[in-house]
Amino acid sequence: MSEIVEERIKPRRFNPDEVATVALSFATALASTWLLLYVLLPFDGALGFWLITYIVFIAVVLINSRRRFGKIASQDLVAKVVVWSSALLVLVPLVLVVFYVIGKGYHALRPRFFTEDQRYVGALSDATEGGGAHAIIGTLQQVGLAAMISIPLGVLSAVYLNEVKGRFAGLLRTLTDAMSAVPSIVAGLFIYASWILALGQQQSGFAGALALSVLFLPTVTRTAEVVLRLVPGGLREASLALGGTDWRTTSTVVLPTSRSGLATAVILGIARVIGETAPLILTVGGAFVVNTNPFGGKQDALPFFVFRLVRFPQEAQIQRAWTGALVLLILVLVLFVTARMLGGRGPDHISKFKRKRLQKKGLA
Amino acid sequence: MIPTQEQTESVVPEERIEIAVRRDVPDRIYRGVATAAGFTTLALMALIGGFLLFRGASALRKAGFSFLTTEMWAPDQGGDFGIGAVLPYTIQISLVALFIAVPISIATALFITQYAPTRIRRPLTSLVDLLAAIPSLIYGLWGLFYLQPRLITVGKWMGDNLGWIPLFKASGPAPHSIGQFAASTFVAGVVVSLMVIPLCTSVMREVFAQAPMGEQEAALALGGTKWGVIRDVVLPFGRGGIIGGAMLGLGRALGETIAVTLIISPMFVRQFSIMEQGSNSIAALIALKFSESNANGISALMAAGLALFLLTLLVNAIASVIVGKGRSGAQTEI
Repeated sequence: MSEIVEERIKPRRFNPDEVATVALSFATALASTWLLLYVLLPFDGALGFWLITYIVFIAVVLINSRRRFGKIASQDLVAKVVVWSSALLVLVPLVLVVFYVIGKGYHALRPRFFTEDQRYVGALSDATEGGGAHAIIGTLQQVGLAAMISIPLGVLSAVYLNEVKGRFAGLLRTLTDAMSAVPSIVAGLFIYASWILALGQQQSGFAGALALSVLFLPTVTRTAEVVLRLVPGGLREASLALGGTDWRTTSTVVLPTSRSGLATAVILGIARVIGETAPLILTVGGAFVVNTNPFGGKQDALPFFVFRLVRFPQEAQIQRAWTGALVLLILVLVLFVTARMLGGRGPDHISKFKRKRLQKKGLA
Repeated sequence: MIPTQEQTESVVPEERIEIAVRRDVPDRIYRGVATAAGFTTLALMALIGGFLLFRGASALRKAGFSFLTTEMWAPDQGGDFGIGAVLPYTIQISLVALFIAVPISIATALFITQYAPTRIRRPLTSLVDLLAAIPSLIYGLWGLFYLQPRLITVGKWMGDNLGWIPLFKASGPAPHSIGQFAASTFVAGVVVSLMVIPLCTSVMREVFAQAPMGEQEAALALGGTKWGVIRDVVLPFGRGGIIGGAMLGLGRALGETIAVTLIISPMFVRQFSIMEQGSNSIAALIALKFSESNANGISALMAAGLALFLLTLLVNAIASVIVGKGRSGAQTEI
């Protein structure tokens, strides 16, 4: 190992020798675990089998590679194997969750799930009867109201932190971080204590929207602040040098420049908030029929609908819950993909639509 | 000719130029409104603490310090109540979650910043973000129906063979029934770990990505392997991020509600074993007891909520101090 090798070393390349060692080690681990668990010690359960296989696999890679490549190279190889396998492991639950929910939910997903409520449905009726229209309407209204409260407030807070840069910006930034860690159930408890108990209001969609806002506001503030920070300082200075006031600089330069980033931040925030269940348990009340007025009377919400039904003993109710979970997952995925498509553009990106408008004005 | 130090100094005027700022009305309104918006955070945090304290006061006055030690929950009938068992369970579930999530998060963050081909780094980061976007309700359902039946075989094996360790103890003689291991702290902790992983990973990824390139290249040039670079440059540099990320994850795990509520069967007596059936958490306690509580019960739940609020604030404050004077960890999109 000590003499200098003249060959060119190419980093980040799979060495066939290493690949062979890893593959053979895996085969050894698989075979020995099978032998150990099924022949010598009786054990059932696929999960335990793969767990032990993995531990044996790492040990075998360590032993084999140390003999072949020496101590330092073998540590490197083991680290590589552990890091690669962990990263793959993280993606396993993602795939499993998505496909499991689709597999469980699609049986009873009918168009009427979007148009009917649970008015004529009993615990024993068929899972395809009735629908979740009341819950979908409730969720859309609650999240919409929460967005109408949180987005302006959150963007303005971010403007205070990053543009106005007032004396308390540091303190408020720390507080925003702290607020984003407020447990969702505490947000619900707070709205229950203040809006419902102290102010004497009833449980309603609006109360749910307030609870969601408590969770939504710090998310918007934090992500919007990150986006505002990406706006090049030269643009602000140019505006100020032309005689613009702070207000003109923010409203005509900073905010338009970061528009697509802000949109991404907001949509990602909505995707997070739309699945929140805990604050709604305490605030919306729950219902089985459509109530289109979020300010009066109890409302239902999709996550709350799923949470309630899944704890029924009847198969049909559990099936309905899965259908609701599938619709919720689709909503989240659609929002997430939209945000990603909008995002990833720099602040100087000019969309097709914008280019046309600029051309009309003769600016581009 | 390059001006010397003395020459430049003589050019610079000695006095600082004062710039007079005259703001017009729209500008003043804008600054006022933005400042007010900034302060809503402060107001809301104060209100949350204030209202929980106000509503929980009667329960706290009644229970006193025994609120933290009583292993019972019967405030509705005027009986004793306290979080003496619920709080340790909450912490146990979070620790199980962290025990799983932290190593996996470190490895995933290292993979994204050090091992993955440059082309797939962004998509991978998006996938980890997607993991964070899936609602906890859905993780809870999946954990209950898919993961639990598979996890209890592991729990049973541990209980049968490692039962002499208090943490894995199962009551009764050795061949235990499989149902004894359902709805346990362990199962809840595994499901919560899924929600902690994306948070920890994104904090650690940001910190690892800032590891000084010069030192990494120097380590490679000295003949170090990739693992050597990671061990001696990246990990020591990212220690604050690892600890801070883990603490942020702890904060998230402590407050996780729905997944825990769906999985555990609530217990109010302390047990040390994490495999045995029965567990609890403050958030799950509130979600489960809320609808069946009278005024006394609600007050007690408010007190429990206050305890949870203060606990997460404390954990988060420690985390943000550790993540550093720089705001490296706090900038992530969570």
